[in-house]
Amino acid sequence: MAEPLIELRAVTKRFPGMKALDGVDFRIFPEEIVCLAGENGSGKSTLIKIVSGIYDFDEGELLIDGKPVAAFGPRDAIAAGIQVIYQDFSLFPSLTVAENLALNRLLSESKTFVDPEHRRRLGAEALARLDVEIDLDATVGRLSTADRQIVAIARALMSDTRLLIMDEPTTALTGREVDRLFAIVREIQAKGIAVLFVSHKMREMLEISERITVFRNGRKVEEGPTAEFNEARITRAMTGHDIGHERHVWAGDAAATPRLSVRGLNVGDTVRAIDLDLHRGEIVGLSGLLGSGRTELAMALFGMEPHDGDIRLDGTPLRLSSVQDAVAAGIAYVPEDRLSEGLFMQQSIARNVIASAIDRATRGPFLDQGRLMQLARDIVADMRIATPDVEKLAGQLSGGNQQRVVIGRWLLTGPKVLILNGPTVGVDVGSKAEIHRRIRDLAAGTGLAVLMISDDVPELIQNCNRILLMHRGEIIDCLDARGVEEDDIHGRLKGLR
Amino acid sequence: MNKLTDLRRFINRDNNIVQLLIITAVIFLLMSALEPHKFLRYYNFESISFIFPELGIVAIAMMLAMLTGGIDLSVIGIANLAGILAGVFFTRLYPAAPDAGTAAELMRVAAGVALALGVGLLAGTLNGLLIARGKITPILATLGTGQIFTGFCMVLTGGPAIVGFPAWWGFIGNGKILGIAVPLLLFLVVAVLIAVMLTRTPFGLNLFLIGTNPRAAVFAGLRTERMVIYSYMLSGTLAALAGIVLSGRTNAAKSDYGTSYLLQAVLISVLGGTNPAGGKGTVLGVSIAVIALMLLASGFQMMRFSNHLIDFIWGGFLLLVMVINVLRNRGK
Amino acid sequence: MTALAKLLRRSETAVLAILIVVMIVIGVINPAFWQADNLFNLLRANVVIGIMALSVLTVMISGGIDVSFPAFAVAAMYLTVIAMNAWGYQGVVLPFIGATLIGLFCGLANAVFIHTFRMIPLIVTLGSASVVRGLLLGLVGTSIINIDRMPPSLIAFGSSTVDVGGSKLSLMVFIYLGIALVMWLFQTRTMAGRGIFAYGDDAESAKRVGFNTRRTVYLVYGLAGALAGFAGLLHASMIWLANPRDFVGYELDVIAAVVLGGASIFGGRGSVFGTILGVFMLTLIKNSLIIMRVDNTWQGVVVGCVIVIATALTAWRDRKALV
Repeated sequence: MAEPLIELRAVTKRFPGMKALDGVDFRIFPEEIVCLAGENGSGKSTLIKIVSGIYDFDEGELLIDGKPVAAFGPRDAIAAGIQVIYQDFSLFPSLTVAENLALNRLLSESKTFVDPEHRRRLGAEALARLDVEIDLDATVGRLSTADRQIVAIARALMSDTRLLIMDEPTTALTGREVDRLFAIVREIQAKGIAVLFVSHKMREMLEISERITVFRNGRKVEEGPTAEFNEARITRAMTGHDIGHERHVWAGDAAATPRLSVRGLNVGDTVRAIDLDLHRGEIVGLSGLLGSGRTELAMALFGMEPHDGDIRLDGTPLRLSSVQDAVAAGIAYVPEDRLSEGLFMQQSIARNVIASAIDRATRGPFLDQGRLMQLARDIVADMRIATPDVEKLAGQLSGGNQQRVVIGRWLLTGPKVLILNGPTVGVDVGSKAEIHRRIRDLAAGTGLAVLMISDDVPELIQNCNRILLMHRGEIIDCLDARGVEEDDIHGRLKGLR
Repeated sequence: MNKLTDLRRFINRDNNIVQLLIITAVIFLLMSALEPHKFLRYYNFESISFIFPELGIVAIAMMLAMLTGGIDLSVIGIANLAGILAGVFFTRLYPAAPDAGTAAELMRVAAGVALALGVGLLAGTLNGLLIARGKITPILATLGTGQIFTGFCMVLTGGPAIVGFPAWWGFIGNGKILGIAVPLLLFLVVAVLIAVMLTRTPFGLNLFLIGTNPRAAVFAGLRTERMVIYSYMLSGTLAALAGIVLSGRTNAAKSDYGTSYLLQAVLISVLGGTNPAGGKGTVLGVSIAVIALMLLASGFQMMRFSNHLIDFIWGGFLLLVMVINVLRNRGK
Repeated sequence: MTALAKLLRRSETAVLAILIVVMIVIGVINPAFWQADNLFNLLRANVVIGIMALSVLTVMISGGIDVSFPAFAVAAMYLTVIAMNAWGYQGVVLPFIGATLIGLFCGLANAVFIHTFRMIPLIVTLGSASVVRGLLLGLVGTSIINIDRMPPSLIAFGSSTVDVGGSKLSLMVFIYLGIALVMWLFQTRTMAGRGIFAYGDDAESAKRVGFNTRRTVYLVYGLAGALAGFAGLLHASMIWLANPRDFVGYELDVIAAVVLGGASIFGGRGSVFGTILGVFMLTLIKNSLIIMRVDNTWQGVVVGCVIVIATALTAWRDRKALV
């Protein structure tokens, strides 16, 4: 058995108030394809930063090629052949492909002057190594995400790379682009380079990697050859719990006027002729691969995307040409990315909560501070947000509490339809369960109609009475949650390309 | 008990205000110690109370623009344009009748004030539309409109100052009511109104949210475009008010008055705790900052420092305070 | 995409096209425009603003905004002329080196605040402009050095011309173009220059890729200051006057010219060629109102409208969808 390229032994890393990694053993052998799985906050990003030399650690040791190293910084990592591709790719959008590719090498050559011919040649070589065709003179900012990723990979391979680490590489890729990426990864492996995926997407884990390591709460909880894993085992390891026995049962009348009724909805090129009915008390799940159009569908229902088609609420036709129209009609939307789309980090919890229902806290032309605070406290209690003080800044809350703030904000508007996009991404297990329970209660108790967009299959099964699958802009499947198993859904998603 | 925790929270969160108050106190004591006979005279403070309000109003206008993450480089242009248009109104369009009584004169001046404020409102609307609808970055948009407004000033005056404002107009800049300078009263009214608006109305809350995260504001259903336009309209009107006070005080309106006010307004706004990236700023902070700097300038004048060295002090002061803020934040 | 199509897509091409159209229109209104004397005068008027624009361009590419260059220019100019008079120095090379060094020193001071203390460039440069102008006028003096007391060597230098087809073209134009050429080479052919683009595009990535970002920031602001200092003394040589209150209001014009030339205020984009075009466009508009028989008082309005239209188009080009 060859020496591992890089090995961590009993490594612990502490941050103020918490342990990011706790006594972790981890190894990567040459020419392997390994997947490091875990939810947000599981410790996988910390591990990557240690392996790439950005962080040091408090206990344990780090070995390169079997030998312990004392100091290990980013330059040392690069010298050891370790390259990381982050989610933002670290490319320069205003510079050309050739320049992006060549910069690293040019800098290490310590040249003062730049020869454009030499630069172009470096770029061409890099792309040739991957056997791809991308215009060397194109501005990187104008390329698709998938093409940019290829440029990032090509750049990473320009030095003597022995280990390529890719952080959540398929987050923004369509099915076909993922295929292309995986083909490239196999070529890379054939060239003798090990690849480490950091991911929580099932496809990376099960289709391309040879070994899976699962992290949870800073500890390694499972490890083994891919053949021994399936989606259920991985999910259980990542989240720490089984799919509960809760289900959302809907006992309503399918013949009654639906809360939300959509006919023939088209949104640009991405969504085609969608028909959809949402009854009071239903929680309907919506899943599909990236590029399926599900986010665009949600945006259209929320008044953010121009669209055509018939949309009715409780039978009344709606015109949704702005967010204000949607909110006035009683449609609420909890966005995917709470950090940039949901929260006002430097403002108080109270202000975050009241943001969409400011009218409820006014007296005449003025704000009623007392009422504002009371409403905020009510929501905090309602959503069981763990904080003694609604004046605390939203940025100081944990992910789970932050998500509850955003959901709570929308509940304050008294919505009739609630659209959730990835409602528990990056949320700890306890908060997940709480949030799920709250949503199920709301649907059953108040007649709220919920559309839940999610990639988390157990979440869909536990909370929805119906699950829709979308592909290439159309709804292709409708499953009754009662009869369906996790593997059924994974199977159908896998079949979509 | 609640009041006490509120006060403690106020002090904890707004270290900036406390810091400013301390700085103001230090300046006051320093100047008093260095030139007690000149500095501590009532006359000195009285003349300060006539001069600082126009700068203070402009600084508040600047703060409003900064709250949404923007800036308004056209405020001086608007101020001058307002003053000049009023001057044109008084001298060419609606000159005083030779036997006009007080009531008629007051009417004339009121009309002039309405005209000037109206111009400010329109100018601000233009800014708001270019920034919110045209999606032009505020620095460039207001740079351009500032040039346009100043340009119109040149066209209207042909170069020299416009003089001949009515006596009541001069009262706005030089008069006293109940022993207090009229400009100071105006500033106080403005400060209180804007402070109330920011802290106790939905509009104010909207501005803070939009400035903190414009994207999230859209997702939250806030009418971001409309609010931004309103804020620039308000800045423009305040700028016009400053122009009224300025031309009232000097009894003249010129196209290049107050060019140094622009830089100073930005400095005061930032010094007063406004975050140029948006989402944070208080009228109290800006007010204390303008008074602190005025005391500083006055003190240096007493010590016969050249006016220019005062400019040096302003700039140096800003850099110093910013450095202190950075070092303090690093320590955290 | 063919090379031609790519050329057409660049913003410099659009500016050039507009420029040619404007020149033709002016020429139609008053054919005197095309006379060599007029054109040469126009070129001469480009020089000082052009060099300042190159200074601002450097900063803008790095993602910052600089409003201190007029203050640095006037300080370098006034101090150098006073020094020359005080020591009775008659030369040209040394004074220009001196003025450039003064500007460099001021620029490096900016860099300290911007890099070491991580302060916003707009605010820092506002402060440093105030400090420098205040110190200059307060400590050194406010009197204008007019032509009788200007060093003759400077006057001689500033009035040197080259004979081109019977008309005299100022030597300064060649100096301007020479500096522009050097700047172009620097920006496109040196790693340091590329580093400024990388830094302006994404400072964090620039650091990760291996650029010494500290050196980059110091280089940017030092260079900007140096160019400003040089431009300041050149200005005095050309108008035979050293007024310590000069260059007030230049900030707006120069920034406008650079933006007109296609540079992005967000950083990472901009070219010397575009800037030269932008400066030419601005100077053209300002100097041609007379020839177009438009009253001079309308100059501000016209320039302002041009800025607004140009930035609206730029905004449309740079538009980042909010959602």
